Amino acid sequence: MTRQLKVNPITCQAHGLCAELLPELIALDEWGYPIITDEPVPAALQTMAKRAVSVCPTLALTLSQRAPRSPPSRSP
Amino acid sequence: MRVQEQPQLLPRLLAGLSTPGRVDLDAHLDQHGELPTLVRYRGRSRASSALDEIERAGLLGRGGAAFPTAAKMRAVAGRRRAPVVVANGCEGEPTSRKDRLLLERLPHLVLDGAAVAAAAIGAREVFVCIDHGAVRARTALEHAVRERRQYADRSMSVRIVGVPGGYVCSQESALVQFLNGGPAKPTIVPVYERGVAGRPTLVDNVETLAHIALIARHGAEWFRGLGSPAHPGSTLLTVGGAVLRPGVYELDPAMTVAELVDAAGGVREAVDAVLIGGYAGAWLKAPQSRSLHLSHEPLAAAGASLGPGLLYLLDSDTCGIAEIASVARWMSDQTAQQCGPCVNGLAAIAQQLEAIVAGRADRDAARRIERWCTLVPRRGACAHPDGTTRFVSTGLHTFEHELADHIAHGPCELCLGPRRLPVPRPQPVAVAA
Amino acid sequence: MILLTLSLVLGVAGAQRLRVTRVPRFVVDSLHRTASLLAVTFLLVHILTAVLDSYASISLTDAIIPFVGSYRPLWLGLGATAFDLLIAITITSLARLSLGLRVWRAVHWLAYACWPIALVHALGTGTDVPSTWMLAIGGACLLAVLGAVGARAFAERQRHPRSARAAVATAIGFTVALALWLPGGPLGPQWARRSGTPAPLLHSAAGRLAADHAVEPA
Repeated sequence: MTRQLKVNPITCQAHGLCAELLPELIALDEWGYPIITDEPVPAALQTMAKRAVSVCPTLALTLSQRAPRSPPSRSP
Repeated sequence: MRVQEQPQLLPRLLAGLSTPGRVDLDAHLDQHGELPTLVRYRGRSRASSALDEIERAGLLGRGGAAFPTAAKMRAVAGRRRAPVVVANGCEGEPTSRKDRLLLERLPHLVLDGAAVAAAAIGAREVFVCIDHGAVRARTALEHAVRERRQYADRSMSVRIVGVPGGYVCSQESALVQFLNGGPAKPTIVPVYERGVAGRPTLVDNVETLAHIALIARHGAEWFRGLGSPAHPGSTLLTVGGAVLRPGVYELDPAMTVAELVDAAGGVREAVDAVLIGGYAGAWLKAPQSRSLHLSHEPLAAAGASLGPGLLYLLDSDTCGIAEIASVARWMSDQTAQQCGPCVNGLAAIAQQLEAIVAGRADRDAARRIERWCTLVPRRGACAHPDGTTRFVSTGLHTFEHELADHIAHGPCELCLGPRRLPVPRPQPVAVAA
Repeated sequence: MILLTLSLVLGVAGAQRLRVTRVPRFVVDSLHRTASLLAVTFLLVHILTAVLDSYASISLTDAIIPFVGSYRPLWLGLGATAFDLLIAITITSLARLSLGLRVWRAVHWLAYACWPIALVHALGTGTDVPSTWMLAIGGACLLAVLGAVGARAFAERQRHPRSARAAVATAIGFTVALALWLPGGPLGPQWARRSGTPAPLLHSAAGRLAADHAVEPA
């Protein structure tokens, strides 16, 4: 089962704990916000990914069950 | 705002606009004929036939995203709870006039389309969202709703709702959140799953609904008689800037930029660059743009997009860099202030552009802006940062000489002049004292 | 008490995004969770020993339901209250992912109520309160928490001015009330009797109660 990391950009407050735990998949931009890879989470990092999800102070990080579907539209 | 009918443009939506003011119900029915009564679309087989027809027509959304309308409708109709239809007529893009035109003068087209869409997906509620300051549109809609009362399906309600006028307020999830009593700010909840009152919600631009009104009458084949397989039907486009007759035009997407400019009376004065798609669109050098067809695929190949149907010709009498800086600052002010990459990124870009215009920029300024333009897209809750970064980065490529000039020598004499591109709040001229 | 203080200070440090060189923030978060769980563990031991020690006849019910016991009901009851709050906080934290941020946050704020209640309980029921080392530890914990609350309120003074002011006012008010209460209360004469110790225990010659200031009944 492929799992995908996603961050809710509205609730993310740039605490940065996720990037500390998972530097292989998450980098921080110059303002402290996460840049998350589009690749699915490799099996070896699944446990750490779950821990990153649990440690996020605002619960902004999620680990989805499958690769994300793009929604019908994000524009007006 | 003037509307043009040219022999080579087939007026479809804009047919019957010879008399000024609102087209009333009788005139509307004279022009387009009766809408096949909604009762024909009731019942699963009939409802699905309306959806099928729209799908066969290949209608793409006219609000800017160009998403296949039928696919959206199927996604909403396929959910368990009773859906809701939202007609989006807010038109937050400052250079656009087409939605205004439809609402003020052709409200029956929009309301017909909303009724068909509602019947096709099994919705009983329609919300027509307009800018809260759009008095003429509201009056026209209210009159139209009253006229329809005798024919209207009693079990379907139509409500007209005024929405704050911010740029992102008319984004579909922002509209839904506003209708639910919250702020008009985008959310990450897909509205086709959970929208107004938690119900699956179909949000369509008013022009899309107007096309549905005609597809319901004349069928998919007729609709596909114009345009291309990838971009069928006619399109409304607002032409602005240095043309003799700016306004809203209805055209065949096979038309080129040059042909449209001619139809709009030709250029008023020399034009170096054109903006296609508005403030979330792309800049092109004028000569390169002339032979471009105004449909999705050719524009995408050229790195541009139609957006909600916008073509703006920037005359050479103003400074392109200063215009870009002015709009970038406005777009930065227009964020919903929710997502870090967008809020910080657009502010950084605007600030750097203003520094360039003021002559305070260093040699790395352009590279820094380019980096932010790649760093910021797709990391917000909506497509606002994606649009703004495309606007800025294509602009800096189009005006590359002016850019280098400003970085090396500071503001040019055109920087001091008034800005052409409209930014609704007063903007200070971006030049240091 | 020390662990609770540590947990609170670490919690505030996390919320304030305190950056210490070479200590990643997830470690601060981890330490906070560890301190909290240790606090709960020590608390359970504390409750069990108090219950099992038949001397003061504190039942398990008294430990969970406040104010129903016979031994210093008010002050013990506060301990039960603090315990209940801590259990709620712990359970919601363990189930945070399922409960969602809002529920977790609403309960977690009770930590600021839990700490002073626990302190007053300790002062009211403690047998060694007047001793120097107890007062020193209590004082240090209080200072640490005042510092943490003060820092948090100061940092949030612009975004949440009313809450920040209320927090500082409450903290100062609590400290003042404490200062006024202590000399006449636990540090004052015959506290064991006045706090509600059952009569039979007062006459115990084993000296386990803080009978230093107790006067033999006439």
